[in-house]
Amino acid sequence: MPSLGADMESGTLIEWLVKPGDRVHRGDIVAVVETDKGAIEIEIFEDAIVTELLVMPDTEVAVGTPLARLDAVGEPVQVRPDVAKEPAVVAPERPSKAMPQSVAEPLRTAAEPLRTAAEPLRPAAEPLRPAQSPSNVTRRKISPAARKHAREYGVDLDLVVGTGDGGVVTVVDVEQFAHTTQARPAARTPAPPAEMAARGGAETSPMRRAIATAMSRSKREIPHYYLAHTIDLEPTLVWLERRNAQIPIERRVVHGALLLKAVARAAAENRTLNGYWRDGTFEGRENVDVGVVVSLRGGGLAAPVLRTVAALDIDAAMAALKDATERARRGRLKSSELSGATITVSSLGDTGVESIYPIIHQPQVAIVGFGAVVTRPWVVGGGLHVRRVVTVTLAADHRASDGHDGARFLSAIERLLAKPEAL
Amino acid sequence: MNEDQLRHAVLQALYSIAPEAEDERIDPQTSLRDQLDIDSMDYLNFLVALKNAIGVEIPEADYAQVATLDDCVRYLTARMPQT
Repeated sequence: MPSLGADMESGTLIEWLVKPGDRVHRGDIVAVVETDKGAIEIEIFEDAIVTELLVMPDTEVAVGTPLARLDAVGEPVQVRPDVAKEPAVVAPERPSKAMPQSVAEPLRTAAEPLRTAAEPLRPAAEPLRPAQSPSNVTRRKISPAARKHAREYGVDLDLVVGTGDGGVVTVVDVEQFAHTTQARPAARTPAPPAEMAARGGAETSPMRRAIATAMSRSKREIPHYYLAHTIDLEPTLVWLERRNAQIPIERRVVHGALLLKAVARAAAENRTLNGYWRDGTFEGRENVDVGVVVSLRGGGLAAPVLRTVAALDIDAAMAALKDATERARRGRLKSSELSGATITVSSLGDTGVESIYPIIHQPQVAIVGFGAVVTRPWVVGGGLHVRRVVTVTLAADHRASDGHDGARFLSAIERLLAKPEAL
Repeated sequence: MNEDQLRHAVLQALYSIAPEAEDERIDPQTSLRDQLDIDSMDYLNFLVALKNAIGVEIPEADYAQVATLDDCVRYLTARMPQT
């Protein structure tokens, strides 16, 4: 079971699209998994032959649990749809962290009433199989600070996996454990909007809880700083409208694609905003892979990743944005699209609201927000004009960069947008 | 295509991007985008669906003239290919 986001602890296998004996190729969709983020298509990262399916449909398993056996080079090797290869995915979590969860799970779910007959909860009947059994850890080393924290949080230290040197249980381990056991939702089919409404919205959907968990953690751990800048978008929009008027409707480009490209190019210039904060250090990234926040009809959001956006031309960027938005709204994103963003963009679209101050998606270090394009009086070359403007905001991690870096980044976005033909 | 058929075609194009709208009453004189919370990407998809259904391509400059369901039908009626 791949980790499809830093906050994911388990997933429910919904459907196998392969069977033993099938030959699979890198990039093939092999299974569908239900998570807090909806149904996700799981891709394979190896050319291989499927020899055995280890997890049957409708089974919830912890992240890190092998789903199938593949035969790659003549002898059976255990492979899980590999996301660990992509550094961004698993974030600070380690697969072994699923272990305490599996112990805590039956206790918690037993107390939760079943919601509908169609959604059986089954962790009690089918214990999750941890990648590493607790008995592997014989002598527990626990830092004094971690013991103090465990007392404060009421955490049973026997359930916490140590990730410090030589398996030492650290403060961070205790905090993460306390945090995930309290806040982590079980993967369930999100209730349809009508059903939610009928219940008066009283029950929190799994996606809502996943957002709550990720955002609370980000706000708690990341020292955000914020910058805002209003950009005259009139020349850019005039250029785009002229371009759109000359081509068939199917090839029209929305201004959001230009904003996306400008962010990617600016992030490529300002490396302190593109990458990850992990284990106390900043890891910059060469490629700019932009997570795009897509609001879903009926509530919630998804943030599919568009790869190497700086290298795409405008038509390709538009096509990628259109495709990801549509599939996010249909609830069919691929596993590889849900992780690995190096920076994120969140737009308010055409709501008429001018600015958004977003929260960083860990382990990234920056998120860029665009408000709606609004018409305002604007001074251009000493004269007063009526112009369409957009406010761009930046929330960045002060551990990785300073306000000066952020200001240069926003200025770069403005400069790039002023020359849309060169984007 | 008469006005009723046009209205039906517009609604079908809308449902293709906002399926939940099928269960709602659409006010023919209120902005479709406001009513159904349609962003620019979905709006473009709606216009492409319209073009495929009835063969009229609405230029970006005319977006303001097709804001509501009634506007849309009126606009399209005037521009239907004559048969």
